[in-house]
Amino acid sequence: MKTLTHLERLEAESIHILREVVAEAEKPVMLYSVGKDSAVMLHLARKAFYPSPPPFPLLHVDTTWKFQEMYKLRDRMAKESGMELLVYRNPEAEEKGINPFDHGPLHTDMWKTEGLKQALDKWGFDAAFGGARRDEEKSRAKERIFSFRTSSHGWDPKNQRPELWNLYNARKNKGEGIRVFPISNWTELDVWQYIHLNDVPIVPLYFAAKRPTVERDGMLVMVDDDRFPLEKGEVPVERSIRFRTLGCYPLTGAVESEAKTLPEIIQETLLTTTSERQGRAIDKDAGGAGMEKKKQEGYF
Amino acid sequence: MSRDVTTSQEPKYVVEDLIAEDIDAYLDVHQHKTMLRFITCGSVDDGKSTLIGRLLYDSKMIFEDQLAALEDDSKRVGTQGQEIDFALLVDGLAAEREQGITIDVAYRFFATEKRKFIVADTPGHEQYTRNMVTGASTADLAVILIDARKGVLTQTKRHSYLAHLIGIRNIVLAVNKMDLVDYDQATFEHIVADYRAFAKEIGIVDFVPMPISGFKGDNITAHSRNTPWYDGPTLIDHLETVEVNSAIDQSKPLRMPVQWVNRPNLDFRGFSGLIATGTVAPGDKIRVLPSGKTSAVSRISTMDGDQELAVAGQSVTICFEDEIDCSRGDVIAAADAPPEVSDQFESTIVWMNDEALHVGRSYWLKLASQMVSVTVLEPKYKIDVNTLDHLAAKTLELNEIGVAEISTDKQIVFERYEDDRPLGGFILIDKMTNATVGAGMLHFSLRRAQNVHWQALDIGRKHHAGLKNQKPAVLWFTGLSGSGKSTIANLVEKKLHRMNRHTFLLDGDNVRHGLNKDLGFTEADRIENIRRVGEVAKLMADAGLIVVTAFISPFRAEREMVRSMLPDGEFVEVFIDTPLEVAEERDVKGLYKKARSGELKNFTGIDSPYEAPETPEIRIDTTSMSAEEAATIIVETLLDGN
Repeated sequence: MKTLTHLERLEAESIHILREVVAEAEKPVMLYSVGKDSAVMLHLARKAFYPSPPPFPLLHVDTTWKFQEMYKLRDRMAKESGMELLVYRNPEAEEKGINPFDHGPLHTDMWKTEGLKQALDKWGFDAAFGGARRDEEKSRAKERIFSFRTSSHGWDPKNQRPELWNLYNARKNKGEGIRVFPISNWTELDVWQYIHLNDVPIVPLYFAAKRPTVERDGMLVMVDDDRFPLEKGEVPVERSIRFRTLGCYPLTGAVESEAKTLPEIIQETLLTTTSERQGRAIDKDAGGAGMEKKKQEGYF
Repeated sequence: MSRDVTTSQEPKYVVEDLIAEDIDAYLDVHQHKTMLRFITCGSVDDGKSTLIGRLLYDSKMIFEDQLAALEDDSKRVGTQGQEIDFALLVDGLAAEREQGITIDVAYRFFATEKRKFIVADTPGHEQYTRNMVTGASTADLAVILIDARKGVLTQTKRHSYLAHLIGIRNIVLAVNKMDLVDYDQATFEHIVADYRAFAKEIGIVDFVPMPISGFKGDNITAHSRNTPWYDGPTLIDHLETVEVNSAIDQSKPLRMPVQWVNRPNLDFRGFSGLIATGTVAPGDKIRVLPSGKTSAVSRISTMDGDQELAVAGQSVTICFEDEIDCSRGDVIAAADAPPEVSDQFESTIVWMNDEALHVGRSYWLKLASQMVSVTVLEPKYKIDVNTLDHLAAKTLELNEIGVAEISTDKQIVFERYEDDRPLGGFILIDKMTNATVGAGMLHFSLRRAQNVHWQALDIGRKHHAGLKNQKPAVLWFTGLSGSGKSTIANLVEKKLHRMNRHTFLLDGDNVRHGLNKDLGFTEADRIENIRRVGEVAKLMADAGLIVVTAFISPFRAEREMVRSMLPDGEFVEVFIDTPLEVAEERDVKGLYKKARSGELKNFTGIDSPYEAPETPEIRIDTTSMSAEEAATIIVETLLDGN
């Protein structure tokens, strides 16, 4: 008798999900955001189909405002995994120069929400893997692993398909799509432990280092390139910081930290008293129901 | 009584010291954690969400900012006055937050030193049977919550029944809100005794009762000082130590449904899937179902190198020594203990769609990685989840549960759900809308086992019949209760006996005294009754006898099943056609009267259908002839055919 650990069971479940989608969908794609959850999801995909490369491309919906180190890891991982990398930037957002400083919520809306819809339509993907976890946020706790989207990419929380055992119904009507969340049942701690045990490559920004920062609305923001509009006379301060979550650099809050190794990160995560998504501005819109509303509109 | 949120009981499973002092040691502990999935079920206001909120809170799964939001929400929309309303932590979607109810299945996570837990929070509303079944389908354990002030309610029974139906064998009876009954032992024991009586009725042989308060934290993580009379485990103790099914699953023969064939190049051909039961190692002899082809495992391939052993619950890719056909939908099994293959089953179905089941319509059925077309026959009955009564049903509506025969267009590899969830559980998909409209559990195949190899015998059925100088046959009498089956069958046997024919009359009552004395009168048992009688009749026909049987046998499917067991021409269906009014007027045993008054349920002709034969070999109209005349006609027809 061999007793499976919780990580072994989670891994087996995720791999099972990845394979079901590949077997049943016509044109799957993996949304790759280069964060730690994406990193684990990609690693699981490589395991699921080994020795074949995962039989679908990686799609990065770019906002042009990601951290430089994210772009670097993205290109490296695509190469290592032998997968095709598709990068999509919403041409309208590009043309209008949409940015987080001048356009507020419109930035996420156009680059991410709209950009994603456009990319899925452009290539005709009918199933898209995403790295969302149910422990991240309350509305996600109730979302299925296979989450259906109407042809206009909307999500109807009251009209989800029942999901029993490990039987997933991937059938859909023309024009409809599925978002699939293979790591739905992982917690933040599970993700970190898995990265630790499997040496999964992650963006160095998760580890503490001295980085140039400024304070914005109570958030520590890293000055990642010279597009950052410093206020008159403002000088970025070198602080030992790291990130618990990664997105567009001007929207992602850093935490001051000395955690330079994975065990130290896990230690800090466990002892910390601030939840993960708090570093992101997105959940705060529209009161407590921010994410749910975003999802109904088509946000991942 | 005022409820005070402060609790003196410190959560004991938070090992912050170890985290701070020796993270590596801590990580080592946590790498060896196991996982338990459980569901909480209870009626509205039994305190489910509060209990889960408490578990998250006590295991420090609530962060400071969430706690701040919680305090804020509690004041705004909470139901606990100025106190923290733990339920708000877990009630997710906007609509239900406003209504103050949980409307869907939500999954929550927390961990202790020993285990990671996934909690399915399922609603207590009647219209949401669907969600409870969904949540329970992946659970190893169910926590049934009871409000100590209210005791065992109809809903409690419903939840217990559903948990049991879906195969959960670990039941915790959490008598909650003990603080509101002054931690009274008698109250607790009274509820437990009530529950025990009910549990026995539905086949729950064992459960663990505990007096708790989710709100105050009694007996959640530490033994409460308020219940000195209770010496059982705390909730967390129990959840941490209860045996999960992995040992049992691994001890069964290998079953692995193939999800995907991995063929990166000509040198590698692997079969990927999640092992449902058993273990596999290189060298093991395997059989691929349904083809039955055999080979041996050459390697178990993973990105971290080849493995020496893989067990139930792991996702693997295995290679064979021989190039045999194997593709998605096939099942790789232990060569010497393969599963059955069939296309007709009895199943329990839970209907999950607003549009009712269409009997006879073709749906998709997905079982493991097999996808086939299926039709569902008219349900034999549906189950009233409140009273557990069996009721007649023409269809199944949303949230109804029924037992029905299903028939697939192709043979599928399966196991009884009771023995193997992954190979016995299925979903039904509407072919037009693609919605998941139902879920089901297979109980048994209505056909003979396909994989039992016949032992060749030197003395065959021809020899047996030859010695008796007769052609064997099964005279299968069918008709309503009181139609005259037994009377006529008896006369027929007498006539044949007088003509020196070797006969045997299989009588319903006599069979139930011996061979079928373990069977009751549920629909499942009635089907099994007929199946066994069919098998016995077949053996007797093999032995050269002319067999006469007299059973109501109301369903065409079972009669056809028996017909298919016998060589062509040996099954003689004798329809004793007596109109219902006539049979009811006779009412020899007084059964119709009882059925009309509701005392007897599922009585054929009254609230359970009788499917008359469409083309019986012999039809006897008892309103136009005597029993004696009928017997003569039957004997003549039989012997004419010979």
